[in-house]
Amino acid sequence: MRKHLVKSAAIVGATLLVVAACGTNDKTEAGGTGGSCDTSKGTLTVGVVAPLSGNLSALGIGIKQSAELAVDEANKKCTVKGYKLQVSAQDDEANPAKGAQAATKLSTDPNVVGVVGTLNSSVAQTVQPILRDKKIPQVSPANTNPSLTRGNDFLTAPKRQFDNYFRVCATDDLQGPFAANYMVEKAGKKKIAIITDGKTYGKGLADEFAKQVAKKGGTIVGTETVGEKDTDFSGVVSKIKGLAPEAVYYGGEYPAAGPLSKQMKDNGLNVPLMGGDGIYDQKFIDLGGKEGDLATSVGAPTESLETAKAFVTAYKEKFGKEDFAAYGAFSYDAANAIIGGLAKTVEGGEWGDAKRDAMLTNVGAYSGSGATGEVKFDQYGDSTNKVLTVYQVTGTKWDDVQTGEYTG
Amino acid sequence: MSVLLQQLANGVVQGALIALIALGYTMVYGIIQLINFAHGEVFMVSSYGGLATFTLLPDDLKKSPAVALPLMFLGGILVAVVVAVVMERFAYRPLRNAPRLAPLITALGVSVFLQEAVRVWYPDATSNLPYPKVFPTGSLALGPISVPWTGVLLVVLSVGLSILLQTYINRSRMGRAMRATAQDPDTAKLMGINPDRVIVLTFVFGAVLAGVAGVMFGGYLNNINIDMGFQNGIFAFTAAVLGGVGSIRGAVIGAFIIGLIKTLAGQYMPGGTQYDYVWIFVVLILVLVFRPQGLFGEPERVRA
Repeated sequence: MRKHLVKSAAIVGATLLVVAACGTNDKTEAGGTGGSCDTSKGTLTVGVVAPLSGNLSALGIGIKQSAELAVDEANKKCTVKGYKLQVSAQDDEANPAKGAQAATKLSTDPNVVGVVGTLNSSVAQTVQPILRDKKIPQVSPANTNPSLTRGNDFLTAPKRQFDNYFRVCATDDLQGPFAANYMVEKAGKKKIAIITDGKTYGKGLADEFAKQVAKKGGTIVGTETVGEKDTDFSGVVSKIKGLAPEAVYYGGEYPAAGPLSKQMKDNGLNVPLMGGDGIYDQKFIDLGGKEGDLATSVGAPTESLETAKAFVTAYKEKFGKEDFAAYGAFSYDAANAIIGGLAKTVEGGEWGDAKRDAMLTNVGAYSGSGATGEVKFDQYGDSTNKVLTVYQVTGTKWDDVQTGEYTG
Repeated sequence: MSVLLQQLANGVVQGALIALIALGYTMVYGIIQLINFAHGEVFMVSSYGGLATFTLLPDDLKKSPAVALPLMFLGGILVAVVVAVVMERFAYRPLRNAPRLAPLITALGVSVFLQEAVRVWYPDATSNLPYPKVFPTGSLALGPISVPWTGVLLVVLSVGLSILLQTYINRSRMGRAMRATAQDPDTAKLMGINPDRVIVLTFVFGAVLAGVAGVMFGGYLNNINIDMGFQNGIFAFTAAVLGGVGSIRGAVIGAFIIGLIKTLAGQYMPGGTQYDYVWIFVVLILVLVFRPQGLFGEPERVRA
């Protein structure tokens, strides 16, 4: 009897876990009803690979839902003749290995026409080759590491890396220097300490930042690396406090940056923390980001762009709140680039593996006016839109303080 | 010089947190020779328990730290104790006489279960959650160094509770029963000790300490996530092994050693903060090579 009880409890527990797991994994959603459009040729899928769980899920869910919005609108407007579109969102947990699994899953589906994603540059590195082998276009809303499109010698000898990879955001070789110019020239901080999480994005961004600071006459007083999952930064804060920096630049994302900023203040290092688009999120402030902290992000402030207003209104109508996060507008544009390319590809024909080459060409040649401004790709797959914005924490929210293009 | 002192202070605070968790590892091991890998998760769950308690409080109580703070500790400890007792009853007790590997693997399973359970069922637990600001703010200034009041409180609680625990185990009747069970469960049983009661109590003590640690962690670092149990659990486990698993004093001293190595290595060793974990484990390996039973452990006895 007793043994029985334990066994049944174990079975119930296991079942609950399986149910819960299935509940979170099942993320395929139909993108609207298609209305009165002709959808006789079937359903095609736009994949999304982004962190839907874990620390960065606020950004990932914004990416997923914005792509759903774009697909929804395309279905309503009958953008792709003869087909209905749907979104298949896969969780990469911000983990390169999980990203590879997600990409493999999508790439084995003959109906997947393109993929929006990823959020993390490090995840993109494993996803790119998998999708290239199947000639599936990948349009990233958020990867800012320059080597993804132009290789490791992106400044001196740029070379296209993947003919299926495009992105709609500006890159860190612009973002880092843009931040450095603001820091040294506008904010007048000459002694800067750098902390990074050592990942592809964070380290790459901080390196570009450091080069420009040196060029503008500032000094990097020290560089430290923290673990991505670290929670107690008192050691590293005390270390850089001894170097007396006037500001700290953090290369990484908000789950570490928020607490870091708070702990800097608690430990008597009350100087602004600056970061890139990875910390530009409300969560940064919730987790401890303090008054005066700075961030650069790609594009102009969503609220200020005429083209973005329609997106914000439509998003709010569909999801009830404005939680599209830092990359929502970019994801919407990325999905539209795929949809636009697809519409041209299947015009008067049928989708099939033979169309994949044409699809790549058409996505590459896509040009449109999106939520972030003009959407167009250059010869490397990078966005031609190179606008960046500096934001500052004022009270409990981010305020934009400077928008422009990096000009050297 | 002031940097060195500040890093020593940081290390002591980190050590205090690790010590509270390490005690749970070492006590359970002392009694049933089980490395309870799920103990880190008990610590994590208690942190969420404290947060949930605060969320459920009426608004006027949220504003008075004198009421909210003790209630949060109570809530966190309660959740930790319930989880630990249920875990012992349903996951470990059925395996009491199984080969040692079976409960070890079970412990890993329980750990993953708890982590996923919080992720799936606690609202918004998919990302870091900010902890309520009911803890004392500001810092204690000691000459050139400063320690946040929450850090001071953490050290006081950690040292105080370990001394209390050590005294209880050495002086009380129940403590004697625990020591007897640890030495020889069969003979202890013959002397009229109920081993089940002793074992449950051991888990409860571990959970209470983990509960205090969980809530203090939130207060000290201002936000919590579901990975915190794993990371701090590894540190605490390492501390218990370094000090000699089974020894109360060893676990506490091991924890402070690890806290200090982490901050000092980040400051002074090549590689800086990027390699601070490396030095922790280098020291662990060196200690185990020359003293396999740990600093304060007794050489392993072979049980009849």
